[in-house]
Amino acid sequence: MDGFPILSLMMAVPMAGAIACLFAGANQARWIALLATLADLALGVILWMNFDQSGGAAQWQFQEYAPIFGRFAWALGIDGIALLLIALTVFLMPICIGASWLAIEKRVQEYMAAFLFMEVLMIGVFTAQDLYLFYIMFEAGLIPMYLIIGIWGGADRIYASYKFFLYTLLGSVLMLIAMMWMVHEAGTTDIPTLMAYNFDPHIQTWLWLAFFASFAVKMPMWPVHTWLPDAHVQAPTAGSVILAGVLLKMGGYGFIRFSLPMFPEASAQLAPLVWGLSMVAVVYTSLVALVQSDMKKLIAYSSVAHMAIVTIGLFAFNQAGLEGAMMVMLGHGLVSGALFLCVGVIYDRLHTREINRYGGLSINMPRYAVLFMLFTMASVGLPGTSNFVGEFLSLMGIYQASSWVALVATTGIILGAAYMLYLYRRICYGEQKNADAAAMPDLSMRELWLLAPIAAAVLWMGVYPESFLAPMRPDIRALEARLAPAAPAGDSRIKLGAPKPVEDAHHEEATATSHEEASGEAH
Amino acid sequence: MIDSASLLAVLPELILTAGGLILMLIAAYGGDATARIVNWLAVLTLAAAGLALSCSLAHGPDAFDGLVRADAFSVFAKALIYGAAAAAILLAPRYFSVGGVPRPEYPVLILFSSIGMGMMVSAGDLLTLYVGLEMQSLAAYVLASFMRQDERSSEAGLKYFVLGSLASGILLYGSALLYGFTGSTGFDGIAVALSEGVSKGELFGLVFVLAGLAFKISAVPFHMWTPDVYEGAPTPVTTFFASAPKVAAIGLTVRVAIEALGPAGLQWQQVVIFVALASILFGAVAAIGQTNIKRLMAYSSINNVGFALIGLATGTPAGAAATMSYMAIYVVMTIGGFACILQMRDAEGRPVETIASLAGLSRSRKGLAAALAIFMFSMAGIPPLFGFWAKFLVFDAAVAAGLTALAAFGIAMSVIGAFYYLKIIKTIYFDEPAAPYEARGGAVENVILTACAAVIVFGYFLNPLLDRASAAAAASLF
Repeated sequence: MDGFPILSLMMAVPMAGAIACLFAGANQARWIALLATLADLALGVILWMNFDQSGGAAQWQFQEYAPIFGRFAWALGIDGIALLLIALTVFLMPICIGASWLAIEKRVQEYMAAFLFMEVLMIGVFTAQDLYLFYIMFEAGLIPMYLIIGIWGGADRIYASYKFFLYTLLGSVLMLIAMMWMVHEAGTTDIPTLMAYNFDPHIQTWLWLAFFASFAVKMPMWPVHTWLPDAHVQAPTAGSVILAGVLLKMGGYGFIRFSLPMFPEASAQLAPLVWGLSMVAVVYTSLVALVQSDMKKLIAYSSVAHMAIVTIGLFAFNQAGLEGAMMVMLGHGLVSGALFLCVGVIYDRLHTREINRYGGLSINMPRYAVLFMLFTMASVGLPGTSNFVGEFLSLMGIYQASSWVALVATTGIILGAAYMLYLYRRICYGEQKNADAAAMPDLSMRELWLLAPIAAAVLWMGVYPESFLAPMRPDIRALEARLAPAAPAGDSRIKLGAPKPVEDAHHEEATATSHEEASGEAH
Repeated sequence: MIDSASLLAVLPELILTAGGLILMLIAAYGGDATARIVNWLAVLTLAAAGLALSCSLAHGPDAFDGLVRADAFSVFAKALIYGAAAAAILLAPRYFSVGGVPRPEYPVLILFSSIGMGMMVSAGDLLTLYVGLEMQSLAAYVLASFMRQDERSSEAGLKYFVLGSLASGILLYGSALLYGFTGSTGFDGIAVALSEGVSKGELFGLVFVLAGLAFKISAVPFHMWTPDVYEGAPTPVTTFFASAPKVAAIGLTVRVAIEALGPAGLQWQQVVIFVALASILFGAVAAIGQTNIKRLMAYSSINNVGFALIGLATGTPAGAAATMSYMAIYVVMTIGGFACILQMRDAEGRPVETIASLAGLSRSRKGLAAALAIFMFSMAGIPPLFGFWAKFLVFDAAVAAGLTALAAFGIAMSVIGAFYYLKIIKTIYFDEPAAPYEARGGAVENVILTACAAVIVFGYFLNPLLDRASAAAAASLF
C-alpha cells in the first residue's frame, strides 16, 4: 500500500459517482450511487486491513501531501480515531442509498449526487491533515445537507433548512478566525504539528472558546441543540441517518482532534463548563424526549443526550473516558441510524410520525419488532450491545475526574431506558388501535438487508469491542499523555499512603457504583 | 517632457483611446446597423489593451514625471477592469435587442469609461486621479440612462449624475485642502508632507477625499444611490457598474490610502474600519427584504465592498493584496451572477427582475439554476466555492495585522449576509415552480456563465497564481 493514494481514491470514487448521477436517468442514478458507495465500502475494508494497529507504527498512516493550493495543501492522513470514523461513514452510506431507493421519487439524480458529495466531504473531514483543508471540508458539508433537507424534507422543511444552515455557519466562522490566529502564531497549517504546539495558556482560552462555538453546535450540546430536532424531523430518512450517524460525530471528532490536544490547559480549565452543559443535557433532553409524540423528535432528543455522554467522556482526561467517548460515537452512529431507519420503515407505510397512530406492530410485523427491539435495547445501553461498552467506559472515566458528574450522567441511562422502552411499548406492544397500522406488511427483503448489517455490527461491537478499541488505543494513549500535565485532579481519588481500610472502602464504593450502573441499564 | 518610455507605459490607454475614437466614427457614420461589429471590435480593442499591459509594465513604473504609475498594481487592476468591461459588452446585445435595436454607442461609452478607470488605478497625482474619475463617471452617467425611453433608466441616470457630481465636488474639495496644506498634488509629495505630522487641515482634506472615494465605491454611509441606480439602469449596464468601476474605485482608494496618505495611516484606518463594518452590516441587513434581484445585488455589492475594505484597513502589504484578490474573485462572481440574471426572461423574451419569478427554476432550467446557486453560495462565502477564499484572505490579513476583533465581528456579520443568498437558493430549489423562463439562454451568455462558474468551483487551483500576482501588485505600492 506504500505510496498508493487510497484516501484520495476514497474521495474520488463518490465524487465521480456524484457527477455521473447528475447526467443519468433516475434509476441509473440509484445504481450508480449504490455502486459508488459499495466501492467506497470495499476501499474502507482495504484501508482497515492495511492499517497498522500494532502500536509500533507511526501515528499517522496513508499520508499524502500535495501543496497545490498556495497557502494550504492537499494533506491527508489518518490515525486510528479517524480510521474508525471513516469506517462508520463508508458503512452507513450504502445503507442510506438503500433506504432512499423507493422513498425518494422526485429529483432522484440530484438527491443521489448530493449524498455522494456529502460522503466525499465527510471522508475529507476525517482525513484532512491541513487546518484549512479541514475547515473547507467541514463547512462545505452545509451545502448538500441544506439541499437535502430543503428539497426532500417534510412539510416544515424550509424553516428547518435555514435553521440548520445558519446555526452551524455562525458556530463555525469564529473557529476560522481562531485557526488563522493559530497558523500565524505557529507558522504552519499542518494539524499533527499544531497538535504538539504549545500555545500560550491565556490565548488558549480564547482559541478553545472559538473552537467550542463550532463543535458545540455541531455536536450538538445543550443549549445550542435546538436545530437538531427540527433538522431531523424534516429531513428525509436517509438524511436523518447520515445527520445522526456521521455529521454529529464531526463535533466529537473536532474535540478529540483539536480542542483537547491543541489546547490542553484551556480544556482543563473549562472542563467544568462542558461537564455542566453535559449534565443538563443528559437530564433535560432525556426528560424532553419522554414527552415527545413524534418518533423522530424523540430519537433526535435522545441523540443530544447520548452526545452529552460523549462530551463527558472526552473531558474526563483519561484513557477510559476518551475510549468510551469514541465507542459511544461509533455505537450511537450505528444505533441512531438504525432507529431512524426503523422509523422510516413505518413512515413509508403510513406517512405519519405520530406515535399514537401505531400500536401492536409486533403482531403484524414480527421481524420488524425484533430488530426494533434490538436497537432499542442498544440505545438503552444493554450489555452485549455497542452502546453499553461506550457508556460504561465514559462513565468510568468521568468517575475518576468528578464523581458528581458521574452520578448525574448515570441518571441519563435510567431516563434513556424510560423513554426508549416507553416508545417501544407504544409502537410495538399494546392493542392495534388503527386498522391501517394493523394492516402494514412486515419488512421487505430490501429493508431487512438495510437493518441486518447494522444489527450485526451493533452486536459485534458489544460482544467483542476489542476490534474497535485496538486501532485507536495508541492514539488515545498519546492523547492521554498530552493531556496528563493539565488534567484536573479527580475528586474521587484517594490519597496515596493512607491506611488500608480507606482503600478497601474506595474499592467497595467503586464496585457499588458500577453495580448501580449495571442495574440502571438493565431496567 | 514627453518621452517615448512614458508613452509606452500608457500604451493600453492609447490603444483604448484610438479604438474608442475610431469606433465612434464608425458608429456615427454607419448608424445602428453597425452595433454588432462595433461590439466585437470594442472587445478586440480591450483585448489588445490587455496585451499591451505587459509593455506598460516593462516601461513603468513612473511615467510623465510621476503623474501616471504603470506598476504591477495598476496592471493587476486593469486586467480585471478590461475583462469585466469586455464581459459587460458581450452580455449586452441580447438585452438591448428586445423591443429595439442594440446601439453602437454602448460599447464606445464603455471603452471611454475604461480609459478613465485605467487612469484611476494608475494615477500618481491628485489631478490624474480626478480626470480619470470624471472620465469614468461621465460615461457611466450616460450609460445609466441608456434606455432613454424607459422612465426608470432616465431616473437612474439623473440620480447618479446629481449625487455623483456632489461626490466629485467633495473629492475635489478634499484634494484642494490636501494640496493647500501639503503643497503638492503628487502622491509622493503628499506622503512626504504627511510624514512630518498630520495637521488639522490635512486631516480635513484626508477625510473629504475618503468621503468622495467612499461614494464611488458605494460604501456606507455614501451608498444611497446604489440600489436605485442598479435597479433602474439596464441590466448589462448594472453588470458593468457592479464590476469594472468597482475594481477601479477600490484600486484607487487603496492606492491613495497607501501611497499618498500612508504616513497618516492611523488617521484613515479608523475611517476605513468604520466604513467597512457599516457597509457589511448595512449591506447584509438591508438586502433581506428585497424583492427585486438587481436591488438585492446592489446591497450585495455594498456588503462585498465592506469585506474588501477590511483588507485595506490593515494597512499592510498582505492586506492590500487581499483586497485586490477579493476584487478579482468578486468580479468573477458578479459577472457570473449577472449573466444568470440576464437570462431571467419570460416566455416572450422580456426581462424579469423579481426574485419570486425564480421559483422552481431548478426544474425548468437545471444548468442555470445550478450556476446561480453556485454564485450565491460563493457570495455567501461558503467553502468549497471560491468566494470563501476571498473572505478568507481579507480576514487572514486582518488577523495577521492584529485586528482580531475586527475580523471576528466582520465574519459574524457575514452570517447575516448568508441569509439572503440562501433565500435565493431556497426560491430556486425549494419552491413550487412559477411561470417558466425562456427555454434557453444566448450562446455568449452561456459561455461567460460557464467560465465564471468553473472559476468559482475550481478556483483553488488558481491560488498560487493569484497569490503571486496580488502580492506583486501590493508590493509595488509600499
